[in-house]
Amino acid sequence: MALEMLLCPSPGSCLLLLVALASSEAASDLNESANSTAQDAPNAWFAASRTEPDERISVFELDYDYVQIPYEVTLWILLASLAKIGFHLYHRLPHLMPESCLLILVGALVGSIIFGTDHKSPPVMDSSIYFLYLLPPIVLESGYFMPTRPFFENLGSILWWAGLGALINALGIGLSLHLVCQVQAFGLGDLHLLQNLLFGSLISAVDPVAALAVFEEARVNEQLYMMIFGEALLNDGISVVLYNMLIAFTKMHKFEEIEPVDILAGCARFIVVGCGGVFFGIIFGFISAFITRFTQNISAIEPLIVFMFSYLSYLVAETLYLSGILAITACAVTMKKYVEENVSQTSYTTIKYFMKMLSSVSETLIFIFMGVSTIGKNHEWNWAFICFTLVFCQIWRAISVFALFYISNQFRTFPFSIKDQFIIFYSGVRGAGSFSLAFLLPLSLFPRKKLFVTATLVVIYFTVFIQGITIGPLVRYLDVRKTNKKESINEELHIRLMDHLKAGIEDVCGQWSHYQVRDKFKKFDHKYLRKILIRKNLPKSSIVSLYKKLEMKQAIEMVETGILSSTVFSVPYQAQRIQATKRLSPEDVESMRDILTHNLYQVRQRTLSYNKYNLKPQTSEKQAKEILIRRQNTLRESLRKGHSLPWGTQAGAKNIRYLSFPYSKPQSGRRKAGAVEATDDDSSDLGFPSIMFSAHPQLGSLRESRLAQEVIPMKSLPQGAVAGPFNNGRDPGPGKRAVARPRPLFLTLDEEFESGEESEEEALALRARWTAERGHSREHYQSYSPLLHRK
Amino acid sequence: MGAAHSASEEVRELEGKTGFSSDQIEQLHRRFKQLSGDQPTIRKENFNNVPDLELNPIRSKIVRAFFDNRNLRKGPSGLADEINFEDFLTIMSYFRPIDTTLGEEEVELSRREKLRFLFHMYDSDSDGRITLEEYRNVVEELLSGNPHIEKESARSIADGAMMEAASVCVGQMEPDQVYEGITFEDFLKIWQGIDIETKMHVRFLNMETIALCH
Repeated sequence: MALEMLLCPSPGSCLLLLVALASSEAASDLNESANSTAQDAPNAWFAASRTEPDERISVFELDYDYVQIPYEVTLWILLASLAKIGFHLYHRLPHLMPESCLLILVGALVGSIIFGTDHKSPPVMDSSIYFLYLLPPIVLESGYFMPTRPFFENLGSILWWAGLGALINALGIGLSLHLVCQVQAFGLGDLHLLQNLLFGSLISAVDPVAALAVFEEARVNEQLYMMIFGEALLNDGISVVLYNMLIAFTKMHKFEEIEPVDILAGCARFIVVGCGGVFFGIIFGFISAFITRFTQNISAIEPLIVFMFSYLSYLVAETLYLSGILAITACAVTMKKYVEENVSQTSYTTIKYFMKMLSSVSETLIFIFMGVSTIGKNHEWNWAFICFTLVFCQIWRAISVFALFYISNQFRTFPFSIKDQFIIFYSGVRGAGSFSLAFLLPLSLFPRKKLFVTATLVVIYFTVFIQGITIGPLVRYLDVRKTNKKESINEELHIRLMDHLKAGIEDVCGQWSHYQVRDKFKKFDHKYLRKILIRKNLPKSSIVSLYKKLEMKQAIEMVETGILSSTVFSVPYQAQRIQATKRLSPEDVESMRDILTHNLYQVRQRTLSYNKYNLKPQTSEKQAKEILIRRQNTLRESLRKGHSLPWGTQAGAKNIRYLSFPYSKPQSGRRKAGAVEATDDDSSDLGFPSIMFSAHPQLGSLRESRLAQEVIPMKSLPQGAVAGPFNNGRDPGPGKRAVARPRPLFLTLDEEFESGEESEEEALALRARWTAERGHSREHYQSYSPLLHRK
Repeated sequence: MGAAHSASEEVRELEGKTGFSSDQIEQLHRRFKQLSGDQPTIRKENFNNVPDLELNPIRSKIVRAFFDNRNLRKGPSGLADEINFEDFLTIMSYFRPIDTTLGEEEVELSRREKLRFLFHMYDSDSDGRITLEEYRNVVEELLSGNPHIEKESARSIADGAMMEAASVCVGQMEPDQVYEGITFEDFLKIWQGIDIETKMHVRFLNMETIALCH
């Protein structure tokens, strides 16, 4: 079923591929014959007049060799993209299996086509291409999109688990396989210990993208997610380091004469390589952040700087035989924070999308190549080796998970349950990394390379398909503890308060915990790093600048249409108590949370939205546009509404005082914070509170100037607004009705108002007027009781 | 704290009252003496000796919490002038990790205690409700560390949070209804989803106390 879906969208490209392949045979023959005749050049020239029509200029030629490599690579990528489209079109499929399965299938398909037409596949993958071009984008992308705060909170556990886990797995599998090889019956006697160790190291490289996708969908708790994520991040680095080290060993000691000093040197080298890589990454991260400080006038090169510096960090680390992967990861993590503040919005989006695209392309190519080499003649099947490999992979992963977590649970205040550990064990899916390393084994050192490749492929297929497909149902079955993604301001506030409280108490106790480390880092960061690395005039967040634009537009529009635009509201300052429910639109919540997250701590990714293949749509842009559209709609609605206001139904005890003009002094009488009422209907229209919350601080001055500028034609003013104190019971006459609806929102103590500042009065007055114009009847109370859940 | 044998008696007593182990009590006692300058009681000024506390945006609230009679279980309101070691331990006991091996009731009780501590931090005038003004105060303090945020946005945020709380706690209200403030029960409701167990505790067990030189 799936395959049909795959084939359906891509008959075109298949056809093209087939045609290309077929014609390439013909073309190469043609070229060869053409070449051979051309080689005896002097004779041929004289013989030209007597030769066949071949030698004439042909009108239509085909030169396939020239474009073969790029052509086929492009076709592969296109094919994979089309397959992905098809994959997502059929809704149930992404639930059933991870995308890696799909890519492998596509690769196998391409491989079978190539095999079927007996076509020599282009040499896409060799060691340098893989390590220099295909691997960095993948690592860069995972480093860049890493949620930093949970990562660093769990850093100890992650390092412990990823580092030691990889080592235990590698050594364990290698050693056990070596023991198996000793058994003569299996015919594996010629495999050295080193070869087995090397195989162990490359097969233990886990690629849990499938698991992560499932976790995100199942919304498992943050710690579990971070463990797998951290493992994915560090795993590549560690296994590549191990791999290179062991290859170096193998080169040195072909006869298994390894002295203890070499092993010690190996361990020391391991540490040096790891830390050195991180060090270089951080340096390059800072350099690039610094440079983006000065790029405001040529924002087109900002993405270029980001990518080039990351790549440079990788290359420099590789030059020094340090771990390029860890370097590029560290670079991305360091750079991200400062670059995001410095670059323009479009550059930021470009960077994100381009990174995703590059990594997607790399991964696709690797998987396809994997598929291609599956279907081919370069296999060596040995039942014992392969079966034992599979078995040992699982056993050693189980051992490492349970043992390591048992130990680390002693130190965690928040231990992982057995269920969690089982999930972690089960998510050990191997992927493109292992395959690449196996494929790149140097044949000279590994005469039985084919065996290794076959075994790797079997493990990958097994884990990706069987484990990848079943992990979803397993997670749901085990009902792993979920995260609660209640996105409310209250939650944000409380948690921040708690963090500070905890840090404070720890200070008082004299403890040194990672909260303090983080606080210290933040202090250092603010004092020095930000001054150096971030631009002087900070670009305001996009929401705020968009609101400003909106405000201006609205103001101009309204003035043109003759309505007073009083767009700046704030929740009343003087309100003491809250009456009736306010419903905050999700946009307000989001913008407030934005403010909180950006200013209380480093950006905290509360929603774990790591999806390797997709980017979450840019929520702030969407909501800003939405707000603009809604506001315009409500404006038009309000213009049309006119008389539909319940006049005087609750006139009763509440007098509403409106100011007629911005400049007049408030007269006697109680002034209701009728302003507040506006929020009531505002919220039903989802426009204003968002404006007031994020835009207000910056718009303070704007408001003043706008007040001065507005010219209100008298007649089109709502009568009620002009009426002032004598609006009760007054016939509003033609035109718009004012709303005296005393929608009691905030009870005020009137005395305070009298002493209020001018600007606040104006704000309230404006808002009151705004209520007047807009006046929606009460049935517009929509219940936003799922206030706390995003729509 | 007096002669050796009475000290161990007192330690045992304190163990019983506050639930700390004797090692933890020893360590905390050392810290107490550091803070108080070998006096038997601590005053508010002594907290100035903790240098890192200066950076904390809510330091005044934290320090206040130590002297709050409600936390010390000495009365419904008001502030004590000074606290002794037992009081110190009482406050610290709010931050012990919840022992999940105890019964569900116990766990629930501990949770409530912690939340009550938090509630007292918000509710500075001890009237049993967190009013809008108090909430604003908290938000302003929380955001005070950042110079870019102006006071109005802090207030707006507080107001928004209050509105949200109102909608959570009371649901849809009549227009004439007045929402006075967040009571403790409402507070519990808000906190229902968040697990306070993992957040509000301090690891007293593995204290690598780096002696801060004052």
